[in-house]
Amino acid sequence: WFAAVVSSVLSSGINAEYGGEKNGGTRTVPVQKSPRFYPTEDCKTPLKNRRVAKPTKLRGSIVPGSVVILLAGSHRGKRVVVLKQLPSGLLLVTGPYKINGVPLRRVDQTYVIATSTKVELPALPAIGDEIFKRKGKPTKNEKEMFVDNAGDNSYKISAEKVALQKEIDALVVPAVKKVDMLQSYLRSRFTLTKGQFPHEMKF
Amino acid sequence: SSGINAEYGDSINALPSRFSAMVSFKRLVQPGRIVFISSGKYAKKIAMIVEIVDQNRVIVDGPFTGVPRHQCGIKQIQLTKLVFQLPHGSKTIVVEKVWNKNAVTAKWNDTVWARKLERKRLRASMSDFDRFKVMIARQTRNRILQTFKISKMAGVRKMYKRPVKN
Repeated sequence: WFAAVVSSVLSSGINAEYGGEKNGGTRTVPVQKSPRFYPTEDCKTPLKNRRVAKPTKLRGSIVPGSVVILLAGSHRGKRVVVLKQLPSGLLLVTGPYKINGVPLRRVDQTYVIATSTKVELPALPAIGDEIFKRKGKPTKNEKEMFVDNAGDNSYKISAEKVALQKEIDALVVPAVKKVDMLQSYLRSRFTLTKGQFPHEMKF
Repeated sequence: SSGINAEYGDSINALPSRFSAMVSFKRLVQPGRIVFISSGKYAKKIAMIVEIVDQNRVIVDGPFTGVPRHQCGIKQIQLTKLVFQLPHGSKTIVVEKVWNKNAVTAKWNDTVWARKLERKRLRASMSDFDRFKVMIARQTRNRILQTFKISKMAGVRKMYKRPVKN
């Protein structure tokens, strides 16, 4: 079939005029030049990968407003409210910050125990993954390679995040306070004591 | 023989006095006995013995507890203290009548056994939030009790305090 393609390509051409007595006057110039190389044998080309990644499937027990126990990180053991699932697949979670010091944070659902307790959340402002992206460290050039810049690369919370946290807290905290004892529940940490086995417990 | 029968009541009336070894057994496998099925498909349910097949098997029926009339091994059942008058081999309709007449479900739920089972079931079905609330409730109660005890002990300690010698 390759020869057929080549011949079809060569047959479509422009009639171009050439000067000179012995050059034949006109000739067809192919629009597309034949390739310089082609394989001697026809080989199969692999099928094109048309896979589209599906969004991460969220556990049925996790729903916007459900209380969840964080299992890893500095906030391990804390009970926290799920706000929504972000486009990246991670859960957007907050203490609320006013109640237990957990800020707006992204968490993978595998590092979380979902409880059956749910909070009625009002309509929240739209939040995406963009505000959580950390800015990369500035790369040093050759001269500054060994100069110590007195470690000012520590992470500072942006004013935008602080404002957003206040806004979210103002919406979520009243919803939490509506339920009896829920605020003190979120303030407490989850622990296992003797005789308690997570696989036997109902959350 | 009348002395023994008077003490142990109805269920041993039929036994002649030479079976004195039976005196220590108070719960008998008999038609009308309410049993707790401990294992198998109908585990943790109660039913009434309807018929005794042989040494190892009984026919059991629990029309209001979801136990169909079926043959059950004696090793899978546990005898309760409840027993009612039921002719042996009675049909399910008769069992239903006896069950309703004697308010069996209510009598069972009154027993300590049933209350313990219910408590266990409630504890297992607690959510994480429920466990927290129970913890706070116990704390509050214990604190009240402690302050009361301390105040009581203060009065008692005063009573036994030795006078200071000058």
